[in-house]
Amino acid sequence: MDHTRRPLSPHLGIYRWQVQMVSSILHRATGIALAVGTLLLLGGLLTLADGSAAFAAYRAFLATPLLQILLIGWTWAFAYHLCNGVRHLLQDAGLGFARPVFVRNGWIVVLLSLLLTILIWAWIVLAGGAP
Amino acid sequence: MNDLRNPLQRALGLGSAKEGANHWWRQRITAVALFFLGLWFVALVLMLLHGDYASAHAALANPFNAVLMLVFGIALFWHMQLGLQVVIEDYVHSRWLGVVLQIAVRFYAVLAAVLAALAVLRIALGR
Repeated sequence: MDHTRRPLSPHLGIYRWQVQMVSSILHRATGIALAVGTLLLLGGLLTLADGSAAFAAYRAFLATPLLQILLIGWTWAFAYHLCNGVRHLLQDAGLGFARPVFVRNGWIVVLLSLLLTILIWAWIVLAGGAP
Repeated sequence: MNDLRNPLQRALGLGSAKEGANHWWRQRITAVALFFLGLWFVALVLMLLHGDYASAHAALANPFNAVLMLVFGIALFWHMQLGLQVVIEDYVHSRWLGVVLQIAVRFYAVLAAVLAALAVLRIALGR
């Protein structure tokens, strides 16, 4: 790939951080994180099919502090990818490209994803504590 | 061998990717499906979180949930492969590593989708 020594777009080294670029980067980052998280989904389904002993071991694994922290992270990744995915679909329909709207929607997605994460974990805690 | 077709006919709708807008459309269709299925999945997990093994097993054995979980798995791993494909295309600049990763992602996607489907069928149809 070293055909040229010219600086290549998008010039990340001199780029001012802004919600337009961050929301795009985060969409990919959360997508990658969720791809790793599919291992947990597989684990849940396979142990549920296997029997109560295996499923209990799976739940004990999820209850460890490290996994609890990761699960909060995955919850946010899911919420963000979901909200920003809707934003992307609306943009595919040609909506929301005026600069102030684009910036506003970026922040709405960030706040919505945080709100959704808080709601989900509030429900978990209020309904009987972490699993 | 002369190709008598108009060059435009060969290129139309295909572009440099050789498969036109197929990747784009499949990513969007699975995205719309996953919006609804993702919300359903989170709701299901939250309902079962504090229950026991039997209630979780019974919930997934329910035909409605079993079908949605099957479709969720297929849409999820398909969407995952399509997304990771673009990430690898954009950021992995070594040809052999890119190809290896693309194959690995496809293998995992198919393997995971089949594993998930088999698990759901075992739960739904009884062991």
